[in-house]
Amino acid sequence: MESINLNKVQEYLDQWTNKPVYVHVETTNGAYAKHFDANAYNVGAYVRNAQITYTQGKIVEQEGAYRVGLKHEIGWIYAEGLTDFEFNENNQLLMAGHDADGRLMVAMQLSEKPFNY
Amino acid sequence: MEIDYSKHKQVVVIYPHPDDESFGTAGTVVKFREAGVPVTYLCGTLGEMGRNMGSPFFANRETLPEIRKQELIKACKEIDMDLQMLGYRDKTMEFEDEQKVADDLRQRIEELDASLVITFYPPHAVHPDHNAMGRAAFRAIRDMDAEKRPEVWANAISNGHEEILGSPDIVVDTKTVFQKKLNALKAHKSQIDGMLQKVRKGNEELSEFDLALRHFRYETYHTVNFNE
Ligand SMILES: [Zn+2]
Repeated sequence: MESINLNKVQEYLDQWTNKPVYVHVETTNGAYAKHFDANAYNVGAYVRNAQITYTQGKIVEQEGAYRVGLKHEIGWIYAEGLTDFEFNENNQLLMAGHDADGRLMVAMQLSEKPFNY
Repeated sequence: MEIDYSKHKQVVVIYPHPDDESFGTAGTVVKFREAGVPVTYLCGTLGEMGRNMGSPFFANRETLPEIRKQELIKACKEIDMDLQMLGYRDKTMEFEDEQKVADDLRQRIEELDASLVITFYPPHAVHPDHNAMGRAAFRAIRDMDAEKRPEVWANAISNGHEEILGSPDIVVDTKTVFQKKLNALKAHKSQIDGMLQKVRKGNEELSEFDLALRHFRYETYHTVNFNE
């Protein structure tokens, strides 16, 4: 992955406007958050291979981190804190946000074909 | 307590993640192997949803499964342990049908004719997958005929578990075989580098070996009796 380039990501998003794509979205603070800090508690959610057709996909920058919003016929999908991206050999757009130690905190990924299981 | 490793004929290790074996039991495995006892790892998932992507990070959500699979194979080679990958997905073990997982485990345990099973002690194993795997393994063993039932050593790792379970019954000092354990840990490059960097802070004078030894030297187990 490399640091997000807003224009490039916007182009990748635009190519799938009004086309069905599969989305992976996740966020997590890890399964050990509470184990290492009694005052914390674990949060996380992930969706893998939900199919959506967005009518508008947009990336916005603020202070070096990015948000991506996908507007579809009956709602929205949104992710915040994205910092890195890759368009891989399987034509998948991967976007992720990492903490200072390189651990993944948030991800949003789009693909024309379903992601592996 | 002196442990007679050679009294066992087959050990089966049951955990959900690539690297659980290296942190939790690699030194013990080496001691069994040195005593000529075969050891097989039933590894539930490929840690597909891990947060650690290497440090500096080199993996992403889609490349991580294959990377961790190769790391797992390498780690098992380092400690000369057979490997069976069960094909579940990271972070979802607790949502599987527990009886089905238990049936699959029981079949494998019986096929291998295990005399000892090593797994996590539910619900004292912190990660939901650890507890789910431990629960399924316990159920599998409970479901077996008493005369075929293997001995069980279970890892409890949650804060405060000793107040409930007491002190561990078995403490393995891995010092004499620690180089092999370290090799297994380091095979999990995407997972271990960040951790070693973290504990390195304030301990710059220590060698990697001594640093790792300080944190991962002892492997502890509670024995669980299913016959009462
Ligand atoms: Zn684990």
